[in-house]
Amino acid sequence: MKNVPMVTVYIMGDAYKVPNDCTIVGAMEYAGLQLTTGVGCREGFCGACATLYREKGDYKLQSGLACQTVVTDGMYIAQIPFVPAEKPLYRLEELKPTVDTIKEFYPILFCCVACNTCTKSCPQDIQVMDYVQALIRGDIKRAAELSFDCIRCGLCALRCPAEIVQYNAAILARRLTGKYLLPESPDLVARVKEVREGKYGAELDELVKMDEKTLSKRYYAREIKIEP
Amino acid sequence: MQLPYYPGCTLKNHAKHFEDSAIAAMERLDMPLVEMEDWVCCGTVFSMSSDDLMLQVASIRNLVRAEHQNLSELIVLCSMCYNTLRRASDFILSDPENLDKVRKFMYLEEKPFDGTVEILHLLSVLRDRIGWEELGRKVVRPLANLKVGGYYGCLLVRPEKYAIDDFEAPTIIEDLLGALGATASPYPYRLECCGAYQTVTNKDVTVQRTYELLNSARNAGCEAIVTSCPLCAFNLDQRQRETIEQFPDFDPMPVFYFTELMALAFGANWDPEWTKLHFVNPEPILRDKGLI
Repeated sequence: MKNVPMVTVYIMGDAYKVPNDCTIVGAMEYAGLQLTTGVGCREGFCGACATLYREKGDYKLQSGLACQTVVTDGMYIAQIPFVPAEKPLYRLEELKPTVDTIKEFYPILFCCVACNTCTKSCPQDIQVMDYVQALIRGDIKRAAELSFDCIRCGLCALRCPAEIVQYNAAILARRLTGKYLLPESPDLVARVKEVREGKYGAELDELVKMDEKTLSKRYYAREIKIEP
Repeated sequence: MQLPYYPGCTLKNHAKHFEDSAIAAMERLDMPLVEMEDWVCCGTVFSMSSDDLMLQVASIRNLVRAEHQNLSELIVLCSMCYNTLRRASDFILSDPENLDKVRKFMYLEEKPFDGTVEILHLLSVLRDRIGWEELGRKVVRPLANLKVGGYYGCLLVRPEKYAIDDFEAPTIIEDLLGALGATASPYPYRLECCGAYQTVTNKDVTVQRTYELLNSARNAGCEAIVTSCPLCAFNLDQRQRETIEQFPDFDPMPVFYFTELMALAFGANWDPEWTKLHFVNPEPILRDKGLI
């Protein structure tokens, strides 16, 4: 360890010396903090580790995933344990995929002034503001497409000056799109029918019996079929 | 020649007939409207209500994206989008400090704002690039016997700097209607405000405006009026529901987008979907004049 260059970071205000190639999660654990919330898959997929930071000499408040962001010398870090975001209840089968549905459940979307702060804050490089704008004009399918890579870290909602809960509205958009706006997948219909008939045991048994290495190999070799 | 155009949000839902009819009409003039990519809300006029730069950002982003897409101009159909985009652009460009602040805030955009895109309303493009005589020659279904009034409201002619025609005595809508074969009757209230966003919190104000405006048009002999603003159209058409309730002597009057009448005149067929977006059914009068 003695050859690893060290940097100083400030975690919740306290200074720690950590190796310069640490991620923010790595730095916090190196510093001896036990993370019980605000951390998850450590692979950039689960969205649990939203973080806010400032870098030395830069006035901008930046955001990202703690497991994907490498520390820099003089960085100030705050970990976000949870994002309290409004989430209305609805029954999808009673909705129509129209702008009026969006207006009913997420009226706050219409306060968007297109400042683009949400897009700047997104660690997934999603055009967040553009999908909000698509929802405002009722282009639900476009919103679903643009928001598809969302991992629900909540940074967009935290940073929005109009208090919009972008990522929850995006879920509604994707649900409406899946249910009403995309063609039905014949494979899915066939598979659901099989599952209803109880035909699912064999594949599951096969996976349960696999050792970790084979399972991992199978996972990464899986085919994802894109419907036309 | 293709015209790159900016639609604005309302033209994608409650004013779909405005967009559809404009597209149909302009195709027949061999000047198809081509929607710019990745546009966002114009910011609506609330961005004009204070000097808060944040509220200009929506307008400016559209112009930045248009510049990035190498567009030298944007044709706008909605009066409010037209007015807002032009004023926001001028407001930012008029003061180097504003420009600097906006550029700093928008540091992750496609490019810095330069203000090179010219913003034009479709009506002025029709007048200045085609001309009324030439437009008249393209008419295949003249709007004969249709007595219709042009409604300008505020945003096509105010403030004066952004007026698409003489700001006190404009004729551009009447000239268009005349070229389409209609009888255009000017009426005293054609430049009056429709009540705008009072419709949200102070509905009765717009109901009163609708009553006065449409009666003014009717007294000048109009059977219908045309507008180019979805908010005016909402107040003057949809608010007739309340106007009928509050004023027993009021007779309903159809309110068209100017492009709907253009589409008909240039030979496009009336789309029944357009009727659904009107409160006062415009089909009887169109049928009466043999236009559908």
